[in-house]
Amino acid sequence: MCGIVGLYLKDPSLEPRLGELFEPMLLAMADRGPDSAGFAIYGDEVPADQLKFTLQSEEPGYDWEGLVTAMERDLGNPLSWFRNATAVVIKSGSGEERVREWLARNAPGVSLMSVGRSIEILKGVGHPRLVADRFSLSGMKGSHIIGHTRMATESAVSMEGSHPFTTGLDLCLVHNGSLSNHNRLRLELERQGMTFETENDSEVAAAYLTWKLREGETLTQALESAIQDLDGFYTFTIGTRDGFAVLRDPIACKPAVLAETDAYVAMASEYRALARLPGIAGARVWEPEPGRVYVWENAQQASEETGT
Amino acid sequence: MKKLSLAEHSVRELNSALHDPRAMDDGTEWYVSDPDGRHALACGLNDELQVTIDGHAGYYCAGMNQHATVVINGTVGVGVAENMMSGLVRVRGNASQSAGATGHGGLLVIEGNASARCGISMKGIDIVVGGDVGHMSAFMGQAGRLVVCGDAGEAFGDSIYEARLYVRGQVESLGADCIEKPMREEHREELRGLLAHADMDFDPGEFRRYGSARKLYNFHVDNAGIEQGDSHE
Repeated sequence: MCGIVGLYLKDPSLEPRLGELFEPMLLAMADRGPDSAGFAIYGDEVPADQLKFTLQSEEPGYDWEGLVTAMERDLGNPLSWFRNATAVVIKSGSGEERVREWLARNAPGVSLMSVGRSIEILKGVGHPRLVADRFSLSGMKGSHIIGHTRMATESAVSMEGSHPFTTGLDLCLVHNGSLSNHNRLRLELERQGMTFETENDSEVAAAYLTWKLREGETLTQALESAIQDLDGFYTFTIGTRDGFAVLRDPIACKPAVLAETDAYVAMASEYRALARLPGIAGARVWEPEPGRVYVWENAQQASEETGT
Repeated sequence: MKKLSLAEHSVRELNSALHDPRAMDDGTEWYVSDPDGRHALACGLNDELQVTIDGHAGYYCAGMNQHATVVINGTVGVGVAENMMSGLVRVRGNASQSAGATGHGGLLVIEGNASARCGISMKGIDIVVGGDVGHMSAFMGQAGRLVVCGDAGEAFGDSIYEARLYVRGQVESLGADCIEKPMREEHREELRGLLAHADMDFDPGEFRRYGSARKLYNFHVDNAGIEQGDSHE
């Protein structure tokens, strides 16, 4: 089943309340996906010569301070970092490749959840309430956030199998549905140089979009291509550094509802998840059309573009 | 008017109260506030109640309705008025997929748009949609009337039996065995009645009529009288 939710703020004055507004949305979808949950929050952006690396370890007593000290010593750059429960966010100017290589060599038990100037992905196994509490979601600030509550079908219930999935800088995807051509598509994407962490079908969709964007397509073009190349059921919500997009398969197997006011755009599997948002009674509420790409980018500007 | 807030009472409490034989005592009007997208509101009603749901409702709102009038001041999720038998269900906003699915009777009015599969397998229900309907609407419609005051999506009326379809705007494509049919005075008269009943102010002269070409297997006159299970080349 699974539940997906997203909240994109148009009014910057709401940014300090992003987590507080979003937590009830995620929890309202807990009965669509009680296995595991996760979210990608965008905010606290670093300058263009730096990147944020979000790391997670299943080991509660993991020595993060030791990891950061060793990384500073080996990569020769001072790091700023903070810890949130089982995760840390490290801001580094050493570049993605060097940090990835260093982590692979020196921190084999640590998972790299996301890389980008703005994105932080936090996710885990367990009821969404536990995941939200673990990471103190309600106190978080940012410009936009997307989340997922999972009822696993295509692969195991594990931290790695939870959503959101990311395969590129600041890009992530949550998925409700299942893809039927993910195996073959994974092989084709591997030939294009994409790498995969899991056997999960949704990770293939994320990698597909990363590949298309790398080839020079815009987010809208990449999603239009996805309508042609992905086979199966899907409602996707996609986060980028400054944007937010929604796409449903042409048959519309999986639900979605959108709400827009002057202050925000919100997306959810069901309206229940939107019911606590401020000003929702006056919002435009509608169901996104199947096979049509909806994109919002750059804060105040709302755009909607037609797919096939 | 009896009032009940879903912020204070469960959906089960609401539905039990509406099913209670005493629901008709001291007036038949009910006002339900704070629906907040909850599922299965006002389902299986069996009395001549007038129920107003003030806000957005979730899945299967007013399903299996008999006799009651249910008005939703908002949008509804999947399957509003599914399998309705009689009565009236009015949605002031948009409806999600499968609105009025398998309905046997009564009138479903959607003032906004309905998405995919509106009136799927309709069996006698009348549905009037003020806006557009999505793809595969009236799929396998057996009986009843679907009136669309806006446009209809792909594969409209696919595999239709004897349901009658009226569309004021464009039809993106017709489904298998669904064709346009001439609009005669009897049809304009039927449509005028439906629009009036639904409180929609449109001119019946602006609509086109669609229905079954009766070319699918079951409709061939050669097939009449064939027992089920008989082999037939």
